Amino acid sequence: MAVITDFALQGAQMLLVLLMAPLLTGFVRKVKARLLSRQGPPLLQPYRDLIRLLRKDVVLANNASWLFRVIPYVVFAATWVAASLIPTFRSGLLFSWTADLIAIIAVLGSARFFLALAGMDAGTSFGGIGSSREVMIASLAEPAMLMIVFVIALIAGSTQLSTMAAFMNSADVGLRVSLGLALIALIIVAVAENARIPVDNPATHLELTMVHEAMVLEYSGRHLALIELAASLKLLLYVSLIACLFAPWGISPAIAAPTLLLIGAAAYAGKIAALGFLLAVFETSIAKMRAFRVPEFLGAALMLALLATLLRFVSRSF
Amino acid sequence: MQGLTFDIAHMLAGSLVLVSFMQLYQDRLSALLNMFALHAFVLAASVAWQAYAQDAPHLYITAIIALFFKAIVIPLALRRIVIKLGIHREIENVFGVGLAMLLGIGLVALSMVVMLRVTSGADPLAREDLAFALAVVLLGMLMMVTRRNAVSQVVGFMSLENGLVLAATGAKGMPLVVEISIAFSVLIAFIVIGIFLFRIRERFDTVDMQAMDRFREEQR
Repeated sequence: MAVITDFALQGAQMLLVLLMAPLLTGFVRKVKARLLSRQGPPLLQPYRDLIRLLRKDVVLANNASWLFRVIPYVVFAATWVAASLIPTFRSGLLFSWTADLIAIIAVLGSARFFLALAGMDAGTSFGGIGSSREVMIASLAEPAMLMIVFVIALIAGSTQLSTMAAFMNSADVGLRVSLGLALIALIIVAVAENARIPVDNPATHLELTMVHEAMVLEYSGRHLALIELAASLKLLLYVSLIACLFAPWGISPAIAAPTLLLIGAAAYAGKIAALGFLLAVFETSIAKMRAFRVPEFLGAALMLALLATLLRFVSRSF
Repeated sequence: MQGLTFDIAHMLAGSLVLVSFMQLYQDRLSALLNMFALHAFVLAASVAWQAYAQDAPHLYITAIIALFFKAIVIPLALRRIVIKLGIHREIENVFGVGLAMLLGIGLVALSMVVMLRVTSGADPLAREDLAFALAVVLLGMLMMVTRRNAVSQVVGFMSLENGLVLAATGAKGMPLVVEISIAFSVLIAFIVIGIFLFRIRERFDTVDMQAMDRFREEQR
């Protein structure tokens, strides 16, 4: 019986992230539109877009290889697995022993690798530009992300997300400057990884500035639907990661009554909405930076993470 | 309670190091002056917290001196100088921000290693304070080395002095007289530097320090 409940909860979590992801994207778009005093598309628009794309035929380039057709599925699967490993409403799920933060970064990294390959596969110049820019951003964001993981892992004593969340929820955390620096660095990395505004504009199709959109320009139909869904999942993943590491209040423990699960779910929804709102406010209040400024922006994240590691060694428990 | 006191002191001193880095990151003079004011403000908060933690009321006076002179008077005066010299929009960099950041990280690591090894017997509060103070001093020196503009070199010097104050408050029992005299000597140094800036400008039509190397007849 217990095994069935465990499976059911893990399955619920996987479905939850899959269903929540387009909603979060729609919510951010809606808030952004309202802040610019536009009406904006309805909240459910991303779902409609996905359904419309699924109904359409796929148009393939003549010289596209089999990789081009396989990659959307690979990218979607990898992102979905990574997103469903992050504790959302309940920690200590059935697969939580695999929810190692370094493994999640590796899964996301392989998804990005395949997407960059797909961008170059069709042989168009836009795809090549998009891939090379994406890889440039990734080569700076990934070391920063790893440093952040090291800081938090050094403090929490584990790289497993459930243990980290439990530690962050306990009173041992105190007030640590390292964690503050790690939070800022993680936000910078999340903004860059999700192609949000100071680094890339998710709504643009202007040749000179687009990064992520240029890479997936050749995709259409159900392939494009999968890639868009994977992008929404990635955004949800980073938002849940920030919520789980730095605001782990309300996550129900491994053995819990149904009421605690409901509280966990409500707290999760609240946290996601709050972070999505903050993201929209941040995006409307800042201009996109030049591509050459991005290394400095991400370098600041790397610097903050390094500084956090150093400061950790002079804190209480050296 | 002891833990929280320590954590807040640690956080404030750590933010001082962070603001030093933000100074290194700025390449516009007016933004740099804002960062300098923030630096002094964080210093004042840190000193005030030390006063509370060590139960040493005279440190509050140090905090007020830091707040009044360094966070308000000197930045405003520097801003006036910069506007008078007409260089408030100037962008300057000797080498890239990234390299300066990496050097800065190296210096912070160095100061931590040195201080933690040297002061192994000391009170942990003083110990981490000294490590941070050394880091701020070294970052101030780095700032002076990497910038060409005389005004940003002055800012580097002043933030170096902030690091010294942090070190002095971390070590218990520094008399108030010494602190006041240091504060005033810095103020006088600032006035002298200000006058010098105008003289340099009058003579060489620039406050770029590289122009001076030519007049020293150093070989190119």
